[in-house]
Amino acid sequence: MSDFDWAIVWREWPFLAQGLALSALLVVVATAGGLVLGGGLALMRQSSRAWLATPAASYVTVMRSLPLVLVLFWFYFLVPLALGHPVGALASALVAFVLFEAAFYCEIIRAGIASVRVGQTQAALATGMRQAQVFRLIVGPQALRAMVPLLMNQIIIVFQDTSLVYVVALRDFMTAASVVADRDGRPTEMYTVIAVVYLAICFSASKAVEIYQKGHAR
Amino acid sequence: MNYRWNWGILLQEPYWSWIWSGLEWTLLISLGSWIVALAVGTLFGIARTVTNRAVRAVADLYVGVFRNIPPLVQLFLWYSVFPEVLPEAVGLWVKRDMPSPQFVTASVAIGLFMAARVAEQVRAGIDAAGLHLMPAALATGLRPWQAYRLIVLPLGLRTIIKPLTSEFLITVKMSSISLTIGVLELTAESRHIENYTFQGFEAFGVATILYLLLGLAVTAIMGLVDRWFGGDRLRRAAP
Repeated sequence: MSDFDWAIVWREWPFLAQGLALSALLVVVATAGGLVLGGGLALMRQSSRAWLATPAASYVTVMRSLPLVLVLFWFYFLVPLALGHPVGALASALVAFVLFEAAFYCEIIRAGIASVRVGQTQAALATGMRQAQVFRLIVGPQALRAMVPLLMNQIIIVFQDTSLVYVVALRDFMTAASVVADRDGRPTEMYTVIAVVYLAICFSASKAVEIYQKGHAR
Repeated sequence: MNYRWNWGILLQEPYWSWIWSGLEWTLLISLGSWIVALAVGTLFGIARTVTNRAVRAVADLYVGVFRNIPPLVQLFLWYSVFPEVLPEAVGLWVKRDMPSPQFVTASVAIGLFMAARVAEQVRAGIDAAGLHLMPAALATGLRPWQAYRLIVLPLGLRTIIKPLTSEFLITVKMSSISLTIGVLELTAESRHIENYTFQGFEAFGVATILYLLLGLAVTAIMGLVDRWFGGDRLRRAAP
C-alpha cells in the first residue's frame, strides 16, 4: 500500500466538507419540501373526489417509476426553460429532489394513516368529534408514530440519493471526491474514504432506526 | 416559454437507433444485475436465518455494508478502485481486457447493492412464512436440516416473489447510474439526444414512457411468476 497517498484526504478535507454540506442541504430541502408536497399529495389521494385523487395517484406512480438520474436531467432542462433564463445546477437539482421525493414521502404518509384502524375513526366520530378533530387528536398522532421509522429510513435513502447530483456536476460529497480523484489521479484514496464516511453515517442512522423500532414495538 | 415541438425527430436517424440501443443496454444491465442480486441476495438472506452465529454475522455484515454505501459510490469503487488494489495484470484485465468491462462492472456493482436488499426480503420471508412451521416439521420426524430444506425454505421463498417485484423495479431504475461509467443506456441516450437536438421534451419524454412500460412489464412478469409458484395462495393462507 506504499503507493497510496492517504494524506491527500487531509489536504482536501475542507473541499470535501463543503461537498458534505451541500449533500446535507439537499437532504434537508428534499425532506422538508418533500414532506409538505407529499402531505398534500397524500390528502389528495385520500379524497373521494376523482379529480383530486387520480392526478395525485398518477403523479406518485410516474415519479416512482422513473430513475432519479432521469428526473435530474428533466429538471436540469425544464427549470431554465420554464423560468426563461438559465439557473444553476443547484436550483434545478433542488426542484428535482423535492418533486421526486414528494412521491415517496406521500406513500409513507399514506402508509402511516392506513396503519390506524378504521374503527378508531368511527369510534371518534361516534363521540361527536368533527372530521378535523378526529384527524388532529386520534388518527394523526398514531399515524405519526407509525411513520417515524419509515421516514428515518427514507431520509437515509435520500442522503444516499444525493450522490446522484454527480450527473449534473453539482459538487456534493461524492462529486467533490471525484473532482479530486480525477485531478490528482487518486481514485483509490478518495473513493475509499468517502465510502467509509457514507457507511459510518448511514450505518449509525440505520442502527438508530432499529433501536427506535425495538423501543416502540407495538 | 417558447419551444418548438418536434416529436418526429425521434423517428429520424440516428436518434431512433440511439433510443433502441439505450433500451437494450438498460434491459441487459437490469437483467444482469437482477441475476447477481437474486443469486447473492438469496444466499445471504438464507445465511441470515441459520442457527450458526458466525454465518449469520457474516451475512449481517454484508447487508450492513452494502446497504449503507450509496450505489453510485459502490459503482466507482468497483470501477476505479477495485482494479487498482488487484495484482497489476488482473487489474488491467478487469479494467480493460475482459469482455465489455463497463457492462460487467455495472451489473456486478448494482447487483451486489441490490443483493443486500434482496437478502432482507428473503430473511423476512423465511422468518414470517417458514420458521413457525419448524416445530411441526420436526414433529413429523424430519431432521432439522431436512425440515429447513424441505419445508421452511421452499415455503418462505415462495411468499417473497411478490415483495421482490419492487426490488426488481428498483434494479431497473438503478441501471441508469451505469451512465456515469460510460454505459450508453436509456437515460444516457435521451440526454445524448437532448444535447444534439435541444428537443428535451421529446428526448426525456420517450425515456419516461419507456421506463413506465418497463415497470409495467416487470410487474406483469413478476405477477406471473408469483402465480406460477403459488405465492399468492400461500400468502393468503399464512397466519
